[in-house]
Amino acid sequence: MTKQQANWSPYDNSGGSCVAIAGADYCVIAADTRMSTGYNILTREYSKICKLADKCVMASSGFQADVKALQKQLAARHLIYQHQHNKQMSCPAMAQLLSNTLYYKRFFPYYSFNVLGGLDNEGKGCVFTYDAVGSYEKVGYSSQGSGSTLITPFLDNQLKSPSPLLLPAQDAVTPLGEAEAIDLIKTVFASASERDIYTGDKIEIVVVNADGIRREYMELRKD
Amino acid sequence: MFRNQYDTDVTTWSPAGRLFQVEYAMEAMKQGSAAIGLRSKTHVVLGCVNKANSELSSHQKKIFKVDDHIGLAIAGLTADGRVLSRYMRNECINYNFTYESPLPVGRLVVQLADKAQVCTQRSWKRPYGVGLLVAGLDESGAHLYYNCPSGNYFEYQAFAIGSRSQAAKTYLERRFENFTDSSRDDLVKDAITAIRETLQGETLKSSICTIAVVGVGEPFHILDQGTVQQIIDTFEIAAEQEGPAAEPDAATGRDTAAEQGTAADQGGSTDEGVAPMDI
Repeated sequence: MTKQQANWSPYDNSGGSCVAIAGADYCVIAADTRMSTGYNILTREYSKICKLADKCVMASSGFQADVKALQKQLAARHLIYQHQHNKQMSCPAMAQLLSNTLYYKRFFPYYSFNVLGGLDNEGKGCVFTYDAVGSYEKVGYSSQGSGSTLITPFLDNQLKSPSPLLLPAQDAVTPLGEAEAIDLIKTVFASASERDIYTGDKIEIVVVNADGIRREYMELRKD
Repeated sequence: MFRNQYDTDVTTWSPAGRLFQVEYAMEAMKQGSAAIGLRSKTHVVLGCVNKANSELSSHQKKIFKVDDHIGLAIAGLTADGRVLSRYMRNECINYNFTYESPLPVGRLVVQLADKAQVCTQRSWKRPYGVGLLVAGLDESGAHLYYNCPSGNYFEYQAFAIGSRSQAAKTYLERRFENFTDSSRDDLVKDAITAIRETLQGETLKSSICTIAVVGVGEPFHILDQGTVQQIIDTFEIAAEQEGPAAEPDAATGRDTAAEQGTAADQGGSTDEGVAPMDI
């Protein structure tokens, strides 16, 4: 008697990559716009980025149906928060909420790999990175999704602070300007789409700063 | 209304076919400070008189946002009103989650009415002691509903509830035929005037009234004190100009009252910012 195996999976991988980089007074969140299933493309123009609050934006790759459900949950919870507190949720507050929401489904997880980006209460850029069940950490930059294995090493090379154990002591990384960060994002996605079949078509770049939220797009390889 | 042997229980009918507990709940509503509502084809305006327990306390919140397209004003037991507004907010959020579209006002008031009715037919419950003026927008236009503790609901062009609301109702009855085609700003002016009627002599200033608007292209929001005071000031100026022709004494009386009103308000407005419920 062999154990019966599932003949159906509730999950599917829609592919795609997400990146977020935090600056001193801004945060850039970007994701490609391709949605795939298996070796096929479902659409070239799907947004993986969702504005959760005035200063808080989330990009998620993984299974987009779960991502959509997660985004709706968070939006509803945010509305309740606004009714009760008469203000928008801060980015760190939303970060905790996202973690709790993900862990709530610990035994049937949201197949969603998230990066949360925005400005904290003092106006400084912040990025939070998650796994599928809500383990999270505040970081300076992060990448998730099918291209993350190609993107993260490059970001580490460019952005990671030198280890304090190094001798001779190396300077801490110089602060990255907003325009430089956007340029880095474009470079990184262009590289990822060369080798990752699930990343391509277009990048959607969202910038959060003191002036508000703005969006830009860049074309990528369509193959 | 006098005490009688049929009024102990909400589940006891009187021989005349009345449920006294429900009627007493309506009385509770009449004790609350006034709330008024009026609508045009595209906008609904709610207004209420702010009553504070004492000079030391902030006033109670009587206008609640339920969703971008729905808001309400209450009169009566404000605690009951708060609980009901939380229920309504939940219903809107859940409907939006399921159907990705705003909950039609008409549906919401029916749910509210059914909820109120339940409390009139359970021996272990009591009716809600609050009347609600629900203002909302849906595909069929702007709506104003009145929900009462009995579980009934009615749609109105304009209405007023709470203490001294009869004065406002009289004013609204005279003017309501014009409301359908009123502009948004005229509607707000009419609302403030209606509130002034309930004050019966007390000086009208923005610290004692709250106005909220919802309309096509305008999500439900409460007007800030500064804006309301500006509108009130335009009245007083207009009244001044009319005054000399009609009633010189009354005009000068109102004039000085307005000056005192604005001065007092400037003193008062610094305090208003502190009270957390003052939104």
